[in-house]
Amino acid sequence: MSKKIIATTSLAGCFGCHMSILDIDERILDLIELVEFNKSPVDDIKTFTKQVDIGIIEGGCCNSENVEVLKSFRDNCDILISLGECAIMGGLPAMRNGIPIEECIHEAYINGPTVKLNEEKILPNDAELPMLLDNVYPCHEIVKIDYFLPGCPPRADLIWDALVALITGNEMDLPYEVVKFD
Amino acid sequence: MSEEIKFKIDGKEIIAKKGQTIVEAAKDNGVYIPTLCNFEGVKPKGSCRICSVKVNNRFMTSCTTPAAPGMEVYNNTTEISDLRKSIIELLFVSGNHFCPACEKSGNCELQGLAYKYQMMVPRFPYSFKKHGVIATGPKLLKEQDRCILCQRCMKTIKDESGKRYYAFHNRGTKLEVVMDEEMSKTIPDELARQAMKNCPVGSIIYKEIGFAEPIGTRKFDKQSIGSEIETN
Repeated sequence: MSKKIIATTSLAGCFGCHMSILDIDERILDLIELVEFNKSPVDDIKTFTKQVDIGIIEGGCCNSENVEVLKSFRDNCDILISLGECAIMGGLPAMRNGIPIEECIHEAYINGPTVKLNEEKILPNDAELPMLLDNVYPCHEIVKIDYFLPGCPPRADLIWDALVALITGNEMDLPYEVVKFD
Repeated sequence: MSEEIKFKIDGKEIIAKKGQTIVEAAKDNGVYIPTLCNFEGVKPKGSCRICSVKVNNRFMTSCTTPAAPGMEVYNNTTEISDLRKSIIELLFVSGNHFCPACEKSGNCELQGLAYKYQMMVPRFPYSFKKHGVIATGPKLLKEQDRCILCQRCMKTIKDESGKRYYAFHNRGTKLEVVMDEEMSKTIPDELARQAMKNCPVGSIIYKEIGFAEPIGTRKFDKQSIGSEIETN
């Protein structure tokens, strides 16, 4: 059996879900027997070099770059997995939903209690910077997502079981303790 | 001497006392039927629909339906589980239930039900409401985006003269449960803790004790909701 190809990315996330992938401990040695990584922060490959079997998305979409990356994952991956609460429901970044963007930016760069160094009151507006979206969106509201693994972060056992089930084609066993939202 | 009523839930024989509802009789016989708006000691009103069961092939809320002899009740079928799951999903998307940031996470009944019915993602779009937090009282705060309007606090948290601490405010889509500002200043400590406990979600929070219990030791971390009732 040829190795399955995996790609991962972190959109509006904290990399905690990627940490949880590493939390499978020594099973990572079994994992590299089963899969090869393509575009991912794990191996630092920046662009897709071939069609990928499984794409793992951490984080929701808070700006235009997130949407672009997510769409490229959908185009290049056969199966997409939303990993963690942020990818599934926006998570902590989505706490800004309902607050006008202008207010968020002013709080971050001008009015916030920890802002000390911005005396000229400059707001970031470089053309290179991705535009913020009006809300933080869950990934499945932007593209079709095939599977969802909840948790903040998802338990390493859940990630491991899901990957093994997908790769081997067996049904997944879901013990009560591994599916948690926090 | 009270009269015995015999009926069946999922084929199991249930013996109920006269006047008991299906939920109460099921509980006494080791069968768990989920409830959210219903609360022991409060007159049931069947508004959240989570306790829906099939009685003689019709959907009924088991918290308001009295046990009757010979009833055929179904509680654990794929159809009913999916109905309950859809209710849980609707509650999740109609508020802001950010479990990782919630003080009640792990002890929340809505979350416990989502675990029980294995909700991985709601099938409905999120509404991302913004009603804000009311934190004027000294002991309790009310997170309005987490409130599911179950009225448990309104019906159970009262002073000695029976006056309610919580009440409805506004109508329709603006409906919310608020605490009386004057009364909130003098709420006894024990009653304030009880208010947080009675709230099935993380809407009523006792101040300054958030996240006191470590992950792994909370109510629904290892044990599924209702497992203390189920005997088999």
